Amino acid sequence: MKHYSYYPGCSAEATASPLGISVPPVARALDIDLAELEDWNCCGSTPYNSVNKLEAGAMAARNLALAEKTGLDLVTPCSNCYVVLSSVNTHLKELPDFRENVNEALAAGNLTYGGGVKVRHLAEVLYTDITPEGLSGKVTNPLKGLKVASYYGCQLVRPNGFDDPESPHSLDELVTSLGAEAVPWELKARCCGSSLIMPEPDVALGLINKLLKNAQERGAQCLVTPCPLCQINLDAYQSQVNSKFNTSYNLPVLFVTQLIGVALGIPAKELALSKNIVSPMRVLAPYL
Amino acid sequence: MAETMVEAPAAKTSFIDEVCSVPGGEAIHSCIQCGICTGSCPTANNWDYPPRQVIAMVRAGFREELLSSNSMWFCASCYTCTVRCPRDIKPADIMHALEVLAFRSGLSTKQSRTPVMYQCFVDSARGNGRVYELGMMIKLFLKTNPFSAIKLAPVGLGLFLHGRMPLRPTRIKGMKEFKAIMDKAKKLGGAK
Ligand code: SF4
Ligand code: SF4
Ligand code: SF4
Ligand code: SF4
Repeated sequence: MKHYSYYPGCSAEATASPLGISVPPVARALDIDLAELEDWNCCGSTPYNSVNKLEAGAMAARNLALAEKTGLDLVTPCSNCYVVLSSVNTHLKELPDFRENVNEALAAGNLTYGGGVKVRHLAEVLYTDITPEGLSGKVTNPLKGLKVASYYGCQLVRPNGFDDPESPHSLDELVTSLGAEAVPWELKARCCGSSLIMPEPDVALGLINKLLKNAQERGAQCLVTPCPLCQINLDAYQSQVNSKFNTSYNLPVLFVTQLIGVALGIPAKELALSKNIVSPMRVLAPYL
Repeated sequence: MAETMVEAPAAKTSFIDEVCSVPGGEAIHSCIQCGICTGSCPTANNWDYPPRQVIAMVRAGFREELLSSNSMWFCASCYTCTVRCPRDIKPADIMHALEVLAFRSGLSTKQSRTPVMYQCFVDSARGNGRVYELGMMIKLFLKTNPFSAIKLAPVGLGLFLHGRMPLRPTRIKGMKEFKAIMDKAKKLGGAK
């Protein structure tokens, strides 16, 4: 069994709960031990970094310091947490002043960080440690005939992701290993507008529309993504796109753990399939 | 234009230095104005000054114009510019640095609701140790345009009906230590 420290991120516990719920049963089935980081806090995300860099650094570093005590790699399913935690981690290594200040702040909470944690994305762990071959060996319900558009979004692969930043392939390989068909589509690593959906919905809805259009035209029956923010934008805002652009998308957007779970024969309830806004039941029925 | 004529050269230098103080920031001196960043940017058509021009304006010291513009607030942090720039400049990080400076100088624009959203996010994260999305959204709408919430209400309701919108925030246990860390960081960071 492989052991990791697990950082779910705030969204996975709320607006992206189908992710938070589907991770543990899938990890169990794949023989991965994801021990939730004790009393983790918000990573600070992009907004905090755009308000105050030292505070943002201290906020992220509290998690790194807690993780260091476990001696395990810190794994997150959220692409935004991944970028934030890993960039603070790198800056702490490379910038002595920043490191000194952050450690002085951590000391006020009786913590210290020596720089020893490796931050990883859950999708990367699935791809590198479990591997598509290892995954296919555990499949009990091959997703034969299901056409899936793998949506990488941005922050899984940029700025320092583990896959090609322009034309990634890891999720497609994972999808294929489940017996499904990974449809090729051009916008698989383009932006959905991320948190602009709140302050600037018109801009983000336009980007989401382009993504859904491309996936649909390439014949996808559903999309799959690892990231909570991407999933919320494409799933929960799909009806807004339909009313704004007069479209009629009905494309389920699954978390990668949900899709894997179906192929591993995990019951729908444990995968929180009923919590997706655009119901995936129609396209998944043959495999449940 | 007039303002930039009267701006002292010293002020110009310090603006560039401030922007460049982000890790890797000095690279902007080698910008060749190729425009790949602008061409790659998914939101550039909304910016007062698109990414390439932002870099040029930082170098030319157009401090007030830039810090009060809506430009960087449209950055979605997709990092496409960053991986494509032929000179290893990190435009996304430059945009984040401009946001910090805009907040600090009090020049952040009211044309975009993003600065208010960021502030609401930070307050929420700092207040509980975790972000409470519903609370943050409500605050954002109250502080900007409450009527615009009506359009997005179905999305919130949909999430709620699917058990994805908790009505109460989550708090971390070590609030006392967390707060001590954040207060210390604030003190040490001062303006930074
Ligand atoms: S990405 Fe956002 S929601 Fe997730 S932990 Fe970081 S700040 Fe919280
Ligand atoms: S939420 Fe959207 S913008 Fe953010 S990483 Fe995912 S795809 Fe990119
Ligand atoms: S892509 Fe790089 S070199 Fe080209 S204009 Fe943008 S910042 Fe300058
Ligand atoms: S990171 Fe920001 S500036 Fe760069 S391409 Fe993406 S949205 Fe545009």
